[in-house]
Amino acid sequence: MSGVNDPYDPKQVAALSPEALDEAVTAAQKAFAAAGDLEALAVVRPAHLGDRAPVLLARRELGALPPAARSDAGKRVNAAREAVAAAYAERLAELEAERDARVLAEERVDVTLPWDRTPRGARHPLTTLTDRIADIFVGMGYEVADGPELEAEWLNFDALNIGRDHPARTMMDTFFVAPEDSGLVLRTHTSPVQARTMLERKPPIYVVAPGRVYRTDELDATHTPVFHQVEGLAVDRGLTMAHLRGTLDHLSRILFGADAITRWRPSYFPFTEPSAEFDVWFPEHRDGPRWVEWGGCGMVNPRVLIACGIDPEEYTGFAFGLGIERALQFRSGVGDMRDIVEGDVRFTRAFGVEQ
Amino acid sequence: MRVPIGWLAEYVDVPAGTSVEDLDTAFVRLGLEVEEIHRPEEVTGPLVIGKVLGIEELTGFKKPIRYTQVDVGEAEPRGIVCGASNFVVGDTVVVALPGAVLPGGFEIAARTTYDRVSDGMICSVRELGIGDDHAGILVLGHDGADVPPPGTPAGQVAGLDDVVIELAVTPDRGYCLSMRGIAREMGTGLAAPWRDPGAVTPPVWSGEPAWQVTVADPDRCDRFSMIAMEGLDPTAPSPWWLRRRLAQASVRSISLAVDVTNYVMLELGQPMHAFDRDAVTGPITVRLAREGEKLTTLDGAQRKLTADDLLITDETGPIGLAAVMGGASTEIGDGTTAVLLEAAHWEPTGVARTARRHRLPSEAAKRFERGVDPEMTVVALARAAELLAEYGGARVVGALVDVDTRVPRPAIALDAATPARVAGVPYTAAQVVELLGAVGCDVDSSGNPLAVTPPSWRPDLTDPADLVEEVVRLAGYDEIPSVLPTAPPGRGLTDVQRRRRGVGRALAEAGYVESPSYPFVGTAALDALGLTDGDPRREVVLVRNPLSEEEPALRTTLLPGLLATLARNLSRGQRDLALFEHGAVFPGSSRTAAPLPGVDRRPDDATLAALLGAVPEQPWHVAVALTGSREPRGWWGPGRPGVWADAVQAARLVAAASGVELTVRAGAEAPWHPGRCAGLVVGDRVIGHAGELHPRVCAALELPARTAAMELDLDALPAAGVPVGPPISSFPPVLLDLALVVGDDVPAAEVDAALREGAGELLESLRLFDVYTGAPVPAGSRSLGYALTLRAPDRTLTGEEAATVRESAVAAAGRRTGAVLRG
Repeated sequence: MSGVNDPYDPKQVAALSPEALDEAVTAAQKAFAAAGDLEALAVVRPAHLGDRAPVLLARRELGALPPAARSDAGKRVNAAREAVAAAYAERLAELEAERDARVLAEERVDVTLPWDRTPRGARHPLTTLTDRIADIFVGMGYEVADGPELEAEWLNFDALNIGRDHPARTMMDTFFVAPEDSGLVLRTHTSPVQARTMLERKPPIYVVAPGRVYRTDELDATHTPVFHQVEGLAVDRGLTMAHLRGTLDHLSRILFGADAITRWRPSYFPFTEPSAEFDVWFPEHRDGPRWVEWGGCGMVNPRVLIACGIDPEEYTGFAFGLGIERALQFRSGVGDMRDIVEGDVRFTRAFGVEQ
Repeated sequence: MRVPIGWLAEYVDVPAGTSVEDLDTAFVRLGLEVEEIHRPEEVTGPLVIGKVLGIEELTGFKKPIRYTQVDVGEAEPRGIVCGASNFVVGDTVVVALPGAVLPGGFEIAARTTYDRVSDGMICSVRELGIGDDHAGILVLGHDGADVPPPGTPAGQVAGLDDVVIELAVTPDRGYCLSMRGIAREMGTGLAAPWRDPGAVTPPVWSGEPAWQVTVADPDRCDRFSMIAMEGLDPTAPSPWWLRRRLAQASVRSISLAVDVTNYVMLELGQPMHAFDRDAVTGPITVRLAREGEKLTTLDGAQRKLTADDLLITDETGPIGLAAVMGGASTEIGDGTTAVLLEAAHWEPTGVARTARRHRLPSEAAKRFERGVDPEMTVVALARAAELLAEYGGARVVGALVDVDTRVPRPAIALDAATPARVAGVPYTAAQVVELLGAVGCDVDSSGNPLAVTPPSWRPDLTDPADLVEEVVRLAGYDEIPSVLPTAPPGRGLTDVQRRRRGVGRALAEAGYVESPSYPFVGTAALDALGLTDGDPRREVVLVRNPLSEEEPALRTTLLPGLLATLARNLSRGQRDLALFEHGAVFPGSSRTAAPLPGVDRRPDDATLAALLGAVPEQPWHVAVALTGSREPRGWWGPGRPGVWADAVQAARLVAAASGVELTVRAGAEAPWHPGRCAGLVVGDRVIGHAGELHPRVCAALELPARTAAMELDLDALPAAGVPVGPPISSFPPVLLDLALVVGDDVPAAEVDAALREGAGELLESLRLFDVYTGAPVPAGSRSLGYALTLRAPDRTLTGEEAATVRESAVAAAGRRTGAVLRG
C-alpha cells in the first residue's frame, strides 16, 4: 500500500487497472457459464462475488488513490462489480428454469383420475322446484305461509265454501282421521292455508303456501295419494282477474322461458268465483312445444272472505293452486310418477343440490 | 257426460264445416272439460242393410247354428251362417259382405263353415265397433218396422259415423248432465240457432188423478209429479236408435219402460222412476224413514234406513229411496203392463247424504245433488208417455198428479259494473245484460243494480259472484288482460323456512340424498323398530279410510319410511347409501274434537282458538340412514364404511346449519344399538338420537348389519341467535399437543370439556386427533391425543404462559375425569 502523501498514479495500483478489472469480470463470466447446475453455481459464486472476490478487493484500494483519481477508478470498479452480478443473475435464472422444466415435468400426474371420495348427495327435485317457485314469489314481495298437513275439516272444507253435503266435498277423495268426530282430515289441498292466513291477518295479503297434500288415489304412473301443491293468495283493494293472469304469466315466464304464457279454461272451485283451470305454453316440452295443464285459479269467493272476516265490499282477492309433481313431470320430462315418489337415489341424484 | 254429436245436432244447428276439433275447443272454452273423444272404429267395404228371409237351424254341432237367407238388395238372397239366435224371419239386420273390413282389421270373405258356404256376416254391435253388446246380432227392426230397404248402405243407419264426446262436468253445472243443457251451452258457444227439447207444452190429461199422493216433507221434495199408463206391451223392445243412444251414453238397455226413463233423463236431465202400478198398494206418501225401516233396492241390496233418508212409501212401507234408487217390490217386470211414472224435484243436500250413506252414487242421485230443473217434471212425464205410447202401445190413464210447493226464486241484485271490476275488462252494462240473457236469466235492467232472476235450471246461481262468472265466461276468458300487481314489501323467508332449507342443503352437500316417503305406517313397522309398548311413538293418529289396511296410521317417526326407502334402493342393486328425509310427524296424543262453526261470518275468537288448538302439533323431523361405504374405495386406497359416527355427525351438521350448539352423550333408545346410541342434546333437552341400529332391527327390516341412522326434532331446536364476530388476534399462536390416559368409560366429550375449562381464555381451539388403546396404555384405559392452539389477543405468549395453560388444562382434566398425562 502506498503512503498517504506520496505522489500517486492510479495506473500503478494494479488491482484498479482496467485490464485487471476486465480480467476479473471475464473470469467470473466464464466460471458462471461453466457451472452446470445450481449447486456448481453456488460453489463458484464466492470466488467472484464473495468478500474476497477480485472486484470487491479492488474497491478497498480506492482509498489509496488521490482524490482526483478516485472518482474515475470508482466508476470502473462499480461497473465491473455490476457486470459480475448480472452474469451471475443471468446464469442463476437459466439454471433455475432448467431445473423447473426438468423437476416439475417429473412431478406430472394424471389429472383425469377420479377423486370422488365423498359421494354426491342431492335434494329431492320436488323440494328444489318448490323452493324455486317460492323464491319467484318472494321476489315479487310475497311471503311464504305454512300450514299443517293434518288439518281441521272446517278449514279444509267449510271455510272454503265446500259445504257438508256438497258434491265437491265427496269428489275430494279425502282421508279422514279417527275418531269420526275428530273434525280433522289430511288436507286435500293447500287451500286451507288461505283460510288460516286470512283469519290471522289483515289485508293487504300476498302469500304463497307450498306443501304436501293427500287424496285417496292409488299410486300409478300418473297418480299419487301424497303430492305437493303451491297455493297462492292475494287479497287487496282493487285486485282483478287481470292481476291474477299477470301473476301466473310472470311465474310461467320465469319457470318455463320467456315465451311461456297461460291459457284459461272456465272451471269450478267452490272457494273461487269466477274460477278457471289454467294451462301453460311450454316451448321446451320434450315432445315439442305445447299447452300443458297446470293448475286452478280464480277470484276468492266473497263467501270465503266473509267466513274469514274480510269485507268483500272493500277487498277482492285472487287465488291459485298448482301441482309441483305435474310441473316437475313436464319441465324435466319425467314420464312416470313412481320415479318421483319411490326415492330411488339414481333419480334424485340426477337433480343435484339445486336444480 | 257422454255427448253423441249426432244427438246434439238434433238440437243445435252446428255450422257446416264444424270439425270435431272445433267442438272440442268450444266445449273447453265454455268450461266443459273434454275428457275423451270416442271415434267409432272405421268400417270399409260393403256393409248393407239386410232382411232375413229364411232360417234353417243346423243340428249336430256343439252350439246352435243357423243358416239364413238374407235379402241384401240383390237379385238373389245370400246364404249366411250365423251363430246367434236372437232374430226371426222378417228382421232387419246389418250385413257385412265379402270385401268388408270390420273394426280390428276383421276381413269378411265368403267361406265354408258348418258345411255351408257363408257369403257374408250378420253383425253384432260389438263386431261393428259401436258398443259392447255381443249377446246376439244387431236387429234394427222387425217386419213392418220403419227401416231402410235391403241393400241400403248401413253406415248411416248403424250410426257408425257418430262421434261421442265425453265431458267432465263440474259439480256446479248439473244442467250440463243432459243433452238439453249441453245444447244450450253449445248454441251459445257456437253462436248457432238451437232448440230447447224442454220447451214443449205437455198435454192436459183428464180424469181422476193417476194416484193418491201426499208429500209429507215438502222441504226435501218441493215438486212431485206422476202419471199412470196402461196397456204397455211388456215384450216390446226398445227401438234400435234409443238403445244405441243409451249405449253411447254407457247406459245398459234393460226394457222399454226402463230404457225410456233413462233416455228422458239423458235428454232433459230429469231423472224418473217407473213403478209397476199393480205392485203399488194404496196411496203414496213421500216421507222421512223411521229408524229401523228397511228397503230392498233395485240392485238387490237390503238397506237399513235412517231418519234422514227420504222415502217413497205405500201402505206396505218403503217402495223407493227417493231420488237415489227404486225399490225391488215395485220393479218393472216381464209381465208389467201398467206403470206409474214419477218425476220429482228433491232437495240436493239430502240426496247427497242418502247417496253417500248408502254408497249409491246413482245417475239420478248424481243429477239431483248437482241440481235439476224443477220445471221439467211434467215435461219429462209427457216425453216418456209419448215414447211408451209409440213403442210400447201404452196410453195415459187418468190425470196428472203434481204436488208443487215451490216458492219463487228471489232476484239477485247485481251492480252492472261489478263484472268489469272483478275481471279487469271494461264490459258495458248492455253487454252484461245480454250475456246474462244468454244464460237464461231474466234481467230487470230498469235501474242499477240490475235485478237478475236466474233460470230454473241454474240453482247454482245464487250470488252476484256467480253471475259475474257467467258474464266473464261467456265473454271469454281470453279477453282478460295480463297485469302484474304490486305487492307491498315482504319480509322474505322466515327463520324456520330458512333453517329447513339450510338443513336440507347441508345434508345434501355432505353426500346425503333426500328421499321423502309416504307418511303412512302400520304396527308391523313400529314392531320392527323394537319400540316398547309404552313408547310414545306407538301413540298414532289413525286414518279411517287408509289406502292399505297394513298401514292405517300416520307416522310418529321418519324412520319406517326412510328405512323402507333404504331397503328399496338396496333391492335395486345399490350398496352404498346415505339418505335423508325431513318432514312432519304426527304424534297421536289425545285431543279434543275440532269444532265446525258456521261460515256466515268469521268464527269468534274463542271458537277459532278451539279450532286451531284442536289441530295437533306436527313437529318437523330430520332423519338420516346410511349403509355400505360412506367413502368408496378408489385408487387412493380402501373405502370407509358408513358407521354410527357418521349418523352422529349428521346431527352435528344439522345443528350447525341451524346455528345451534349440540351436545352428544351416550343414549339408550329404540331402534338403536344400546352401546352405540347417542343422545342428541340441546340445552338440557334431548332432541333426538343417532348411532348404529340394533342388530335385531337390521334383521327384522332385512337391512345390512351396522346400518346407522339419526332422527331429531328440528322444531325443538331453539332459534339461533345473531352470530357475534369474534376478535381476531394477529399475534402468533402457541401449538401444543397433549396425550392423556383416561378410563375407557370416560366419554371424550367430558375430557374435552374439562380441558377447555382448564385452559381458559387463552385457548383458541382444541381438537381430538388421536384415540389409542393397547400397550403401553394400560388395559381398561385409552389415550386421547389433543392438539391445542393458544393465543392471546394483545401479545405474544411466552413459554411460561403456555406452560401454565397446559398444566392448568391437564389438571382440570385430571380432576374431572381422572386423566393423567401420558409419559
